[in-house]
Parts: sequence; C-alpha cells; structure tokens
Amino acid sequence: MARFLVRRILQGILVMWLVTVSVFLIFFVGPGPGSVARTLAGKQATPQVVAEVSHRLLLDRPLWVQYGHFLWLLLHGNLGYSFYHGQSVNSVIAAAFPITLSLVTGAAVLWILMGVLSGVLSAVRARSIMDRTFTGLALFFYSMPTFVLGLLFLLIFYYEFTIHGISIFPGSGYTPLTQDPLGWLRGMILPWFTLALVSAATYTRLTRGSMLDVMGEDYIRTARAKGLSERRVIFRHSLRAALTPVVTQYGIDVGVLLGGAVITEVVFGMPGLGFTAVQSIQQQDLPVIIGVVIVASAAVVLANIVVDALYAVLDPRVRLH
Amino acid sequence: MSQSVVGAIPPSEPAQGGAAPLEVARKIEGRSPWRLGAQRLAHDRAAMVSLAVIMIVVLMAIFAPVIASVTGHGPYQQFTTIGLSPSGQPVGPNSTFLLGTDDLGRDILVRIAYGARISLLVGVVATALTVVVGATVGITAGYFGKFTDTVLARFMDWLLAIPFLLFAISLVTVIGAGLAVVIIVIGLFGWASVGRVVRGQVLSIKEKEYVEAARSLGASPWRIMFIDILPNVIAPIIVYTTLLIPLTIVTEASLSFLGVGIPPPTADWGQMISESQSVYQYGAWWFLVFPSLALLITTLAFNIFGDGVRDAFDPRGDQLFV
Repeated sequence: MARFLVRRILQGILVMWLVTVSVFLIFFVGPGPGSVARTLAGKQATPQVVAEVSHRLLLDRPLWVQYGHFLWLLLHGNLGYSFYHGQSVNSVIAAAFPITLSLVTGAAVLWILMGVLSGVLSAVRARSIMDRTFTGLALFFYSMPTFVLGLLFLLIFYYEFTIHGISIFPGSGYTPLTQDPLGWLRGMILPWFTLALVSAATYTRLTRGSMLDVMGEDYIRTARAKGLSERRVIFRHSLRAALTPVVTQYGIDVGVLLGGAVITEVVFGMPGLGFTAVQSIQQQDLPVIIGVVIVASAAVVLANIVVDALYAVLDPRVRLH
Repeated sequence: MSQSVVGAIPPSEPAQGGAAPLEVARKIEGRSPWRLGAQRLAHDRAAMVSLAVIMIVVLMAIFAPVIASVTGHGPYQQFTTIGLSPSGQPVGPNSTFLLGTDDLGRDILVRIAYGARISLLVGVVATALTVVVGATVGITAGYFGKFTDTVLARFMDWLLAIPFLLFAISLVTVIGAGLAVVIIVIGLFGWASVGRVVRGQVLSIKEKEYVEAARSLGASPWRIMFIDILPNVIAPIIVYTTLLIPLTIVTEASLSFLGVGIPPPTADWGQMISESQSVYQYGAWWFLVFPSLALLITTLAFNIFGDGVRDAFDPRGDQLFV
C-alpha cells in the first residue's frame, strides 16, 4: 500500500510539473517576446519602464532561466502579486476559495444524494415508469448546459419572483456564512441546485448501470437465496459494490470543481476561484490567472490520488497493478 | 480472416467481426453487424425522432439565408425603430419578429438559424479532430506498448487531469478568439478520453490470432494498426463520436458564453445567451429562452440519438460510455 501511494504521489508530482511547464509556455512564451513585460508594466508604461520590469523579472534572460525562476518561486509558495487587486495572489486565492468551497460542498452533497438515490430506484425497478422518468430526467439535465439552467433559474426564481413581490433569492453575489447565515443560505440555493442538477444526471446513469451489472452477479442471487430481505440485498450487498465507479467519478468531479466552478460562479456572480480566473483573464492579471490554474490543477491531481488510494483500500486487486 | 458470413449472426455475437464487407451470392444471406446495428437503430423510436430533430437543425443551418430573406431581416441588421421599444429595450415576439429581438434590435429567429451553423460546424469538426487524434494516439499507444505506451498514457492522464475550461480560456485569450481557435482548442484538450478508450480496446485486440497472422505474413506495423486493427475498434469510436458531438457543442457554447469563443457580431447561441443577461431584468425573457431552447433541444437530440447508436452497435459496451 505504501509503495502504491508513493508511486501515485510521484506520478502526481510529474503531472504538476507538466502543468507548470504548460502554464509557462502558454503565458510566457505564447504571447511572443517582450509581451509579458509590456502587460505587466501596464498600458501607460514607457519603453524604459518596460525594459526595467523585463530586467527585474528576468524576462530578458534565456527561457530556461525564466522557467527556473518561475518554478523556484512556485516551490516557495510564492505566486506573485496581483497588479489589479494590489495584493498577493495567495491572498486573492485565499479570499476566493471559501466561496468555491461553499458552492461545491453543498452542491456535491445534493447531487450525490439525488444521483445515487434515483439511480438505485431506477435499477431496482428497471423498465418501470419510475425508471423511465428518472432516466429521462437524467438525460434532460445531462444535455443541459450549466449556464442555461442557471440563467433560467434566475429568470424564474429571481426575476419573476421579485417582480411579484417575493424576494427570496438574490440575483447575484455572495454573502459569507459567518456574516449572515440566512443570507448565505438564500444566496446559495439557486447555485447549489444549478450545479447539482447538471452533475447529478451523470450519477443517475452511472449508478443505474453499475447497479444493474452488480444485481446480475451470482452472490446477489446467493444473498436472496439465503432469505435476506430485498432492502438488505439492495443496500448492503448490491449498492456497496456498485458504488466503486461512482466514488471514482465523484472524487474527480469534486476535485475539478474545487479548482473553480467557472460557469456557475460566473452566472451567479459569485467571486470564487473560477469567477476570479475569468475576471483576471479579462483584466490581463497574469499572476492571478497562473495562480488559479496551478491551484486548480493541484486540486485535480490531489483528488485523483485520494480516489486511487480509496480505490486501493476498497479493492485489493488494484494495488498489484 | 475472421469473417463469419454464413448464416445470420446471432445477436449475442460480439460486434468485433467488424468491417467484414457484405459478401453477396451466398444462399443464406449473411447480415453484417453493421446492418444488424442499423436495423436495431431504425426500430428505436426515440433515436429516430431525435434524428429527425437533428435534421431539422441541420436544415435550419443550411437554409439560414432563406429564413433571413423570407423574414427580410439580415442576421446583423439592427432595427432600431421597430426592433426596439421607445425606451431602447428589445421587443417581444410579434408578427414581424416571430421570436422577438435582441438588445440591438436584431431578429432572434434569424440569429438562431445562423447560430446553428456555428454550433453544428464546431460540433462536427472539433469532434472529428478529437476522434482522429484520439484514435491515432490510442492505436499507437496500444499497439506498440512498452515505452511508447507509457509516455502516451501518462500524457493522456495529464490532459485529463488539468482543469480544461481554465486552460482553454487561457489559451484562447493568448492566441485570440475565433472559430478556428475554438475548434483547435477543443480538439487539443478533448482527444485524451477517446485515446484512452481506443487504447484499451487495442490492448486486447492485438493479441488476436488474425493480428498474429498478419504479423507472420510480414505486414508492417502501420498496416496492422490501420488495416487490421482499426476496423475492429471502429464501432466504439462511432459510438463515442455521436456522444461527443453534444459535449463539444456545449463546450463551444460555454466558451462563447464566457466571451472567449466566437467573437461578435457573428450569431452564436452561447454568445446570444450571454448577451441576454444584460436585459432579462427588463423582462426580455425571449432573448434568453429561445436561444437556450435551441441549444438544449440540439444537445438533447444528439444525446438521445447517441444513446440509440450505442445500444444498437455496441450492446455490451455500456460501461464504457456512461
């Protein structure tokens, strides 16, 4: 187990190294020579200022020196300074992360409950009206682009409600939990359901398919033959085995979203990591973009390692490969 | 050659006999897995309805100029007097503008028709790019194995492990938005999932006797990969392709929604939906609802059709394509 973990962590480090290389290529090499210094120096900068910035940030040195410097700073946890927010990238990210965390945690709880429950019910009563309803709904939400659902929610539950004198849900923004718990909840409900409904669809399909496979296994027949109650057969014997692929998908999805639920955050104007990334791209705030991309990649890599470790605990065969 | 032509192939026969060309002039007609699949698909009512919907969207895209000339409204034409209310807001559906106008007084119906062109073009071309690259890399990795496989498999892992949307936005911002850029960015990041599936299939197929036979006859690796192996992984590739098209359409719309896709004033569904945000507070629901419906109906139709194709051609492969 220890060897397995060490190998996975080393692979994770390799992936993160590739991420730093590609980020460096995209942002430092991609725009062409001199462009980074010009961007960083600001629009009104004179050529002297640009040259000075270029020299100070080693941008006039060979690429490998630049990359080495970039990596060196990264390894020290120094992501640089946002020239738009006037503070360190670390604190920009620290301010945005709780918002993304609120959004993703709530949505993740909702979608795993909705997805697994509807998937199990569908599989247990395969081909029934309930199954058809759930699979139909799953296909519907699976096809639904996140921003379409979010904006339709806003149109109905914010706009229509508000003009009819019911103002429960705010149109955009984020209220910190510590500041006003009720306001936080009211602000979170629409984003939670947007993200959860769109994500749950995959889980309904995944759980249903996996349950149907497992329920065809011999040991389920054995369990039934022993005279176990159907409820016990379904939840104790089938669901447990059927959940393995679901857990894998869940870990990866949560990991990806923790790096910024870009679309949902943009639709609901919540300044989380994804929103911050999009905003800093529009503002050409290079250090923040790089910071968010690296943090988001780290979240995915970490989630993958956690999932693989869990998998190895659940299924001993994995460790041998 | 593993062609089982005599007698109808029972449905349980794995779909791997693959691309066996139809051989005629036999007493008992042999039905290739392709024909069996096509027949199964033709009996799938949901799939056929969604195919009809897809055809309608395609026709709408092709005949967008006709729709424009019938209504007399060009896709970029701004009707500032009749297309906007006195206060400068969009007007709702009426006899002149069947689906209303947008924030600049342009006909939404005409722009939806033109937007279908972008969605379908990107959906098909970017998916094709994804599939060609993915299949090539997947076959190469699976066939050569060893070091090649390790490197390519790690590379695919890396591609699958990066936050796609953030990388795509960053790349588009650096290169500059545009149709070709969107297609290439989607293709660049999307092929790894195809590659992984194809690689897995090739790993088992390359152990088959007919591959060994081809090798002992002195066939080159390229011949084996593309003449002997490719036809046998084409079924999962086709299934994957149909399911990938709606995903690609949504990705394009999302990029345009975020302002890094197709630049204005080109009509694009994602962009229209994004623009609608500025006016829906004034009650211009049609500006949001109609482009959203166009997008949703298209992706839904492709997904239902894709499910049908999967059930028809790859009955046992469900787990691969949830």
